[in-house]
Amino acid sequence: MSGPSKYQPTSAVGKWFHERLPIVAFAKDHALDFPTPKNLNYWYTFGGILAVMLVVQIITGIVLVMHYTPHVDMAFASVEHIMRDVNYGWMLRYLHMNGASMFFIAVYIHMFRGMYYGSYKAPREVLWMIGVIIYLVMMATAFMGYVLPWGQMSFWGAKVITNLFSAIPFVGPEITTWLWGGYSVDNPTLNRFFSLHYLLPFVLAGIVFLHIWALHVVGNNNPTGISVKSDKDTVPFHPYYTLKDGFAIVVFLIFYAAFVFYGPNYMGDAVNYVQANPLATPEHIKPEWYYLPFYAILRSINNKLLGVVAMFSSILILLFLPWLDTSRVRSGKYRPIFKLEFWVFCVVCVALGFVGAQKPNDTLSWIGFLLTLYYFAHFIIFLPLMGLLEQPKRLPNSISEDVLAHSHGKLAAAE
Amino acid sequence: MADTAHDNVNRRDFLMVATGAVAGVGGALVLWPLITQMNPDAAVLAMASIEVDLAPIVEGQEVILKWRGNPVFVRHRTKPEIDAAKAVKLEELKDPIARNENGKDGEAASDENRVVGGKENFLVMMAVCTHLGCVPLGNSGEFAVVQGNAKTGGWFCPCHGSQYDTAGRIRKGPAPENLPVPPYKYLSDTKIQIG
Repeated sequence: MSGPSKYQPTSAVGKWFHERLPIVAFAKDHALDFPTPKNLNYWYTFGGILAVMLVVQIITGIVLVMHYTPHVDMAFASVEHIMRDVNYGWMLRYLHMNGASMFFIAVYIHMFRGMYYGSYKAPREVLWMIGVIIYLVMMATAFMGYVLPWGQMSFWGAKVITNLFSAIPFVGPEITTWLWGGYSVDNPTLNRFFSLHYLLPFVLAGIVFLHIWALHVVGNNNPTGISVKSDKDTVPFHPYYTLKDGFAIVVFLIFYAAFVFYGPNYMGDAVNYVQANPLATPEHIKPEWYYLPFYAILRSINNKLLGVVAMFSSILILLFLPWLDTSRVRSGKYRPIFKLEFWVFCVVCVALGFVGAQKPNDTLSWIGFLLTLYYFAHFIIFLPLMGLLEQPKRLPNSISEDVLAHSHGKLAAAE
Repeated sequence: MADTAHDNVNRRDFLMVATGAVAGVGGALVLWPLITQMNPDAAVLAMASIEVDLAPIVEGQEVILKWRGNPVFVRHRTKPEIDAAKAVKLEELKDPIARNENGKDGEAASDENRVVGGKENFLVMMAVCTHLGCVPLGNSGEFAVVQGNAKTGGWFCPCHGSQYDTAGRIRKGPAPENLPVPPYKYLSDTKIQIG
């Protein structure tokens, strides 16, 4: 991608250091000079927002652990202690709690952006697949973190999710016993979830490094989906995108702060402020909002094993997306049928989330089942067929040409 | 032929494979304690048992007890509940097996086989939905006995909508099996020991 480094150490000390560890050159090449398509819109700022959210979660998490006690008899009380006694404890916990939701809002926008502009298509398959793995690890991390306050929803969420593994034929019960460290979700379970919840964010940071590495090998995709052809198509990352990302990050943090300070429990469930009781399931149990579409898929199939298989497949199918989409054109901007179907797919995902949030009944099960069918049809039927049947619009010759065409239009309108 | 084979596989190749094999087996041996430490230890495995006095449980009443970390239903069933369970034909059942640890393996899920010693008044079973482990709600669902405005017997799982009849057998919804009956025995006419 980038040629030889433009970094020239000016001082003697700089030169001495560069010859021993060229880290300054590495940072300059990849964080400052990195050639980036000049037409990236604000949908492309969510990668940077996600990096910031990971750091926020790690910092608030580390300080929360200084006051938390991972034991079934004390966990709930220690969280209340954080909320009431610890200096600014309420703020740190609300930042961490809502931070998880913000993390998922950003990751969903980031993923749908990738789907719309075909960012998973060659040569970015590995970049996309690393992203899917990041998403999976995020879900595991968030799930285990939600168990730690040991509220009713923590406990029953943990029980239902770990029980998913009991659907595995023959060894299912042994696997759940192994996961629990006993016959039910109990203290050993809480302890191991705490251990892993502390570990996984650092694993995430490592995979994020691979994600960015893969990005810097092939370079950014862009709204036109056409590849960079000359230096005219790109601008250096700094100051153009450091500022654009920076502005988006500030706006996103304002949105985040609005929840933390004015509606900290808006996205949570009140039942989780009741301590865990292994003898009574809450009237209506449902997972956090970011799992709801998958929960709806699980519930919509009236068979334990098939329901679990469908739920896991609905996520793992994303790994095959680069090969399911047969279109030669990357960006949805130039694909008239895909563009329409993409928005239907978005609505189906949101509708699945809505169904997942409701109490189970026959009508909703049917709606959930139809939505599940559509979800899978999008990947297995529509994407491969649309790529073959659709007549894409004419593509611009280069990113530069596209940008100039638009700015000329604007100039003409201004005159 | 033998000579060429000998030429291709030399002493160095043998040492490489042997070293790799030892390292692989050693790695696997080290991995095992790291995996099995997550399994329940001997203290947890030791079969705990509880004794339950049935005398204070009146007809139509249900108590939930904790045994080995999981909730257990002990229900004193009413006559209509027992009759309703007996009236069900075995072909109508989603899971035709009794799932009773006190009976023989694979016994039919008749109402009699769901209890111990033919004492059908008292239904003792795990309060853990066989779908994903929630505690089903008693006196509810489509398979409860309806008496006036009230429902008695029958269970409904609030998590994913599984429905159990008055003998705790799965009738509708995603759960695959009947609620399992734990090992228990009568110490006297009014006292049982679970476990």
